[in-house]
Amino acid sequence: MSTLLEIRDLVVSVVQDGRDTPVVKGVSYAVHANEILCVVGESGSGKSVTAHALMGLLPEGELRVGSGSIRYRDRELVGLSRKDWYGLRGKSFGMVFQEPMTALNPVMRVGRQVDEVLERHTDLSAGARRSRVLALFRDVMLPDPEQLIDAYPFQLSGGQRQRVVIAMALAMEPDILIADEPTTALDVTTQAQILALIKDIQARMGIGVIFITHDFGVVAEIADRIVVMRHGAVVEQGPAADILNRPQAAYTRQLIAAVPHKPEGKAAALPAPSLMTVDKLGKTFHSSSGRQVDALKDISLTIRQGETLGLVGESGSGKSTLGRTLVGLIRPDRGSVKIGGQELVGLTPAQWREYRRQIQMVFQDPYASLNPRHRIVDAVAQGPIAFGEKRAKALADARELLELVGLGGDAGDRYPHQFSGGQRQRVGIARALALRPRLLVADEAVSALDVSIQAQVLDLLKTVSGQFDLSILFITHDLRVATQICDRIAVMRQGELVEVGRATDVFYRPRHEYTRRLIESIPGKQWSKPDFAQHDPVEGAAVHAT
Amino acid sequence: MNNFFHAFRRHKGGIIGLVVLALVAVMALCAGWLFPDSPWDIVNAPYLPPLSDDALLGTDTLGRDIATGIAYGARVTLVLAIVSTAVSILVGITVGAVSGFYGGKVDQVIVGFIELFQTIPGFFLAVVLVAILTPTIGTVILAIALVSWPPLARLVRAEFMSMKHREFVQAAMLSGQSSTRIILTQILSNSLSPVIVSGPLMVASAILLESALSFLGLGDPNAMTWGYIIGASRSVLRDAWWMSVFPGVAILVTVLALNLVGEALNDALNPKLARKRTS
Repeated sequence: MSTLLEIRDLVVSVVQDGRDTPVVKGVSYAVHANEILCVVGESGSGKSVTAHALMGLLPEGELRVGSGSIRYRDRELVGLSRKDWYGLRGKSFGMVFQEPMTALNPVMRVGRQVDEVLERHTDLSAGARRSRVLALFRDVMLPDPEQLIDAYPFQLSGGQRQRVVIAMALAMEPDILIADEPTTALDVTTQAQILALIKDIQARMGIGVIFITHDFGVVAEIADRIVVMRHGAVVEQGPAADILNRPQAAYTRQLIAAVPHKPEGKAAALPAPSLMTVDKLGKTFHSSSGRQVDALKDISLTIRQGETLGLVGESGSGKSTLGRTLVGLIRPDRGSVKIGGQELVGLTPAQWREYRRQIQMVFQDPYASLNPRHRIVDAVAQGPIAFGEKRAKALADARELLELVGLGGDAGDRYPHQFSGGQRQRVGIARALALRPRLLVADEAVSALDVSIQAQVLDLLKTVSGQFDLSILFITHDLRVATQICDRIAVMRQGELVEVGRATDVFYRPRHEYTRRLIESIPGKQWSKPDFAQHDPVEGAAVHAT
Repeated sequence: MNNFFHAFRRHKGGIIGLVVLALVAVMALCAGWLFPDSPWDIVNAPYLPPLSDDALLGTDTLGRDIATGIAYGARVTLVLAIVSTAVSILVGITVGAVSGFYGGKVDQVIVGFIELFQTIPGFFLAVVLVAILTPTIGTVILAIALVSWPPLARLVRAEFMSMKHREFVQAAMLSGQSSTRIILTQILSNSLSPVIVSGPLMVASAILLESALSFLGLGDPNAMTWGYIIGASRSVLRDAWWMSVFPGVAILVTVLALNLVGEALNDALNPKLARKRTS
């Protein structure tokens, strides 16, 4: 196997006020022809910065290569002039970005955008370029290339856009394709298609692919070799089978253990009385261009007391609309929502207030959901104060709650920016609990967090649901996560509820064809995750034997 | 906060602007002590050029001291500009906040109202207003405030509209806080930066507006302002340049200083933008 690219002891530093702080600290790995190399790590591990460094795309004046070497086919890339980079990018390296919408120019036809790459790097005639673009579109399996070539990005679906971006990256037949989280912004079914496409193209063209991701499921699906990164350094690297099944480093084990793979689910709960009943709830959005979108179509659902109900669906399925309608942020057009027998639809804002505290919400984005100018203890205490609690008592209660979610001591006096994403999400949970709600709506509450932090926040949610006799509506796009922590799961598609049932039943014995497809699309199914709980106490077993 | 001062200090123009403004303010405060005579008193022969006896910057057509006029004029001009800016900021924030936060019909009505103001040329409106209401300091302030709040209201409205959909604001709604409370404690503190940045610039344009009114003879006839001095001597511009040049320089320097401070504030409050510009 020939080595295409070799990174050796690469150091990349943040340049600020004349001082260099390294963020990539001596990383070495190689990419061979005809393989997919997965670089795995959580946010801040330096995996993307390394990739940008080898494309020569580090933002000037902010990041720079301190030392080390990047060799591409016996050519040193560190310190290359800007002009030489132009020749390399596109021709030798292709790049696929995370967000297909922002990677494409919104006011330019997609065919033209791919054509531009060919125009710059080759001297083909316009006709030849057009047939080349059509061929590329066929390569990435875009439906009806003759039509699509003249479409604008907004007319395509997310998956189609990502295919266009891939076609663009492949236009000059590069040796190396660098894909930076190319499926993170996509739905699970689309993700499965894109992963299959990348694998297929890699095999057909025999190129090297650097695939950057945080998701071990994706890794298991496509990787030939794996590099695990943390804090700007390589923790472990090797063939995929070794790392996935026999990881050596403790950090890799921790990451793999956090993957909700074959969720066990909860034991069957006794049927509890219902807390909230939703009947024939409907909501239609009208866009300014006169288009109508039925976000909710006659949704009927019961949430029982003390249960965790998972609401699963892809983007655009209406799951967030449902959550927001239940907490009262969106007014439904028709139908009824009852909590404890009391009808909520049609109440005036003043009447709503009474029920506000019974239904609380944990938001998706831990960075946007806290006011940056308020101390977190104030953020938690604001709700009770608004409901007439004395300030001193509310603050004391807030501190107690923060202690409960693992933010004790003087944490309450600090401001949101002093906390990590996971800690902020704990604050969000404490804030929601401060009003002693009966129902907690968690809208993608862990999606923005790293895998290992996700597990912690999920544990916290489990604990509090038991302690407060709380019902939780857990909205997520990830069936595995839902199966792990929910009693029941409801699956939504295009505003409709297609299946409701016990979590493990839905996951292992799905009845609806769409649920089956969702489960089929989960990456890394064929990989059976090693069970460290059985492997680890090997020493203990040895002691027994003697 | 420390970051803010640090960023502001790095901006040389802002420091210079602040120093100049401080000097102008000191001049305004000490006017009575520096120049014991009233600016309206005829203290010398008319048409004295600058650096004559007892008349540093010369005298005007009636023999009033120009330097005294500028010092006392600073008082009126600054007070007028600052008060009218304060009024228009107050109105602008209130209107913009209500419009942006409540949206819907309320927003449509308010935006229509704002547009009504914006379609009329501001200066023209101010002239008409002062002419109708008889010029006094009060009416001049009213006129300036009336023509300068609409852009600010639009700015605050846009800021509120985007803030309203931020998750922390929605969380506050869910926790049962009243709308007034959410506007005041959650959103306002997070959307003040653009207002703070536009503050000095609004003071600057208020000075220009006031000077223009006074120049046309529509200022308070009992208030000595920079614009009035220029206006009073415009007929003898070619014979006695100093009468209009020195107050003109005062306006220029003050407005320039305010713009520099505004620029520095902008850079200090948007550190990302500033760094890009310098690199």
